[in-house]
Amino acid sequence: MMLIRFDHVTKRFGSFVAVDDVSLDIAAGEFFALLGPSGCGKTTLLRMLAGLETPSQGRILIDGVDMAGVPPNRRPVNMVFQSYAVFPHMSVADNVAYGLKIDRVARPERDARVAEALALVKLGEFARRRPDQLSGGQRQRVALARALVKRPKVLLLDEPLSALDAKLREAMRGELAAIQREVGVTFVMVTHDQDEALAMAGRCALMDQGRLQQVASPGDLYEYPANRFVADFIGTINLFEGTLSADRTAITTPALDAPIHLAKPVPAAPDATVWVGIRPEKITMTPAPAPRAAANMASGSIVTSAYLGAVTLYDIRTPSGTLIKVTAANAQRSASPALPAGTHVWLQWEPDAPVVLPG
Amino acid sequence: MARFAIRRQHRGPLDYAGRWSLRLWVAGVMLFLYLPLASLVLFSFNNAKRTIRWEGFTLDWYAKMAGDDALISAFANSLTIAAISTLLSVVLGAMAAIALWRFRFPGKGAFDGVITLPIVVPEICMGVAMMVFFGTIAPWPRDLVWPFDLGAITIAHVTFSFPFVTVVVRARLASFNREMEEAARDLGASELRALRDVLLPHIRPALVSGALLAFTLSLDDFVITFFTAGPNTVTFPVKVYSMVRFSVTPEVNAASSVLMAITIALTLIGVRLQGTAIARTESP
Repeated sequence: MMLIRFDHVTKRFGSFVAVDDVSLDIAAGEFFALLGPSGCGKTTLLRMLAGLETPSQGRILIDGVDMAGVPPNRRPVNMVFQSYAVFPHMSVADNVAYGLKIDRVARPERDARVAEALALVKLGEFARRRPDQLSGGQRQRVALARALVKRPKVLLLDEPLSALDAKLREAMRGELAAIQREVGVTFVMVTHDQDEALAMAGRCALMDQGRLQQVASPGDLYEYPANRFVADFIGTINLFEGTLSADRTAITTPALDAPIHLAKPVPAAPDATVWVGIRPEKITMTPAPAPRAAANMASGSIVTSAYLGAVTLYDIRTPSGTLIKVTAANAQRSASPALPAGTHVWLQWEPDAPVVLPG
Repeated sequence: MARFAIRRQHRGPLDYAGRWSLRLWVAGVMLFLYLPLASLVLFSFNNAKRTIRWEGFTLDWYAKMAGDDALISAFANSLTIAAISTLLSVVLGAMAAIALWRFRFPGKGAFDGVITLPIVVPEICMGVAMMVFFGTIAPWPRDLVWPFDLGAITIAHVTFSFPFVTVVVRARLASFNREMEEAARDLGASELRALRDVLLPHIRPALVSGALLAFTLSLDDFVITFFTAGPNTVTFPVKVYSMVRFSVTPEVNAASSVLMAITIALTLIGVRLQGTAIARTESP
């Protein structure tokens, strides 16, 4: 069931187009992420949903109701702000009760719902504290409880984890997803952090320069990117420009000596200019030539390596000068897990590893 | 030499208080600033008329002052004008500050420039302007019942004190997180309610210090008041001036001491209120 519909929404600030003709449906109960680099329009899109900005063109519908002219205080959405915006002059409980007081919810019910919301975010014992006595993570929970206690149809989260330190961020990722499953409210989250979006969201919209680039599940976004921007933004990828062969199953590229063979024909015209992307972890690297010939092979020498613990990321230069990024899993324990620079290596990858993108 | 260098390195910030030259300097400054005030208070208790010699302790001058109807009514006038003009200045000043901070409107730049004008315009010019305005352009009726006969002076005082409130409140508004207001709106508050519940608590310390400024400015203003006061609307500073013209009696000392005590007490209260208010509204 569609809960939120953006219908050809455009937002201009003067001559700057922040959101450019975005049409998007979000289903009830989804954990949806709006992902993109800073300035891509994702926050503007979220603020329009909250009613804090007005679209220049297009319509926004929530639960079938056109939100045009509906002020933020009358929308069935609540927001967790990037700065949390916890009211400093109110106790934790008063912060959470604020929205209910405005709605004139009777005292007994109000107290019960505040207690329930605080229990949900594990802040039960902190009800009487003042915000300046809380850590950043706890303040975020207050903001979350304060929004959820209103039982909104949609919860909006603006960069919810960006102000937390790395360890807490990872813990909160799982916790936010768990809370979303528990309350069943539709979550729409804005983030510039792809790991965050991929780890938490059921579906992501990747935006750039005000336009939607792709709306897909995290897996599809990573493995089946719609265009070069998506392929490049999500994760690391080797991208080469090339020409499609006559039978449309191989790509010749000046970057590599041998053509790149594909598993199945590409739905594009023969001789079309296309881009081909290969993820670093889909390339196998060996210090000796493989005993059995693979569909795709190359060789080169290691230029630099970056040891990341679980994996090591190598930059390999082919004889023709092309740089190829390859990751090698550090499956065995070793005192020197990275091969030294200058080592000559052989690379190979399966024909279904490359993803072909329009030119 | 080496030992001296080491000793210098280890000197903490409080160690400088031990230097006799610095102590002398501080003592000099204190003497210069506060000796006149201290002697004013001291001689209000002096049991002698018109002398700078100490003749013994007495509270007679305070009693005499309390019995001086003209002085007491001037005092009441001053306090009334200060109270009303403070209230109006805080409301007007805060509204102007919020308008300038929150909204865009035609003529904003001009408004912004003009609003601080009363702070920089020489008092004597303000005084003459007020005299001409309330004397000929829009004469304030002279025979109104108290306190309405103080209207002209009160308006004049609002004119020069509300810009100070605006300046103080604006400075405070600069540290306001707009997401607070948006959060209140998002949680169901109307625009006005969000202003009251979130913005007002944030600027409360500025309102207190602005009110304090306005009150003291009004209480001790002489020049502008002198030009707008009529025979029945004499304020305390104007009355003291007229008393001094005949002779400096210890009664003037006593009256001034009382005024000083009131001002100091108000300042202490204000500083206290401000301290707790800021502590409670500071974004962590």
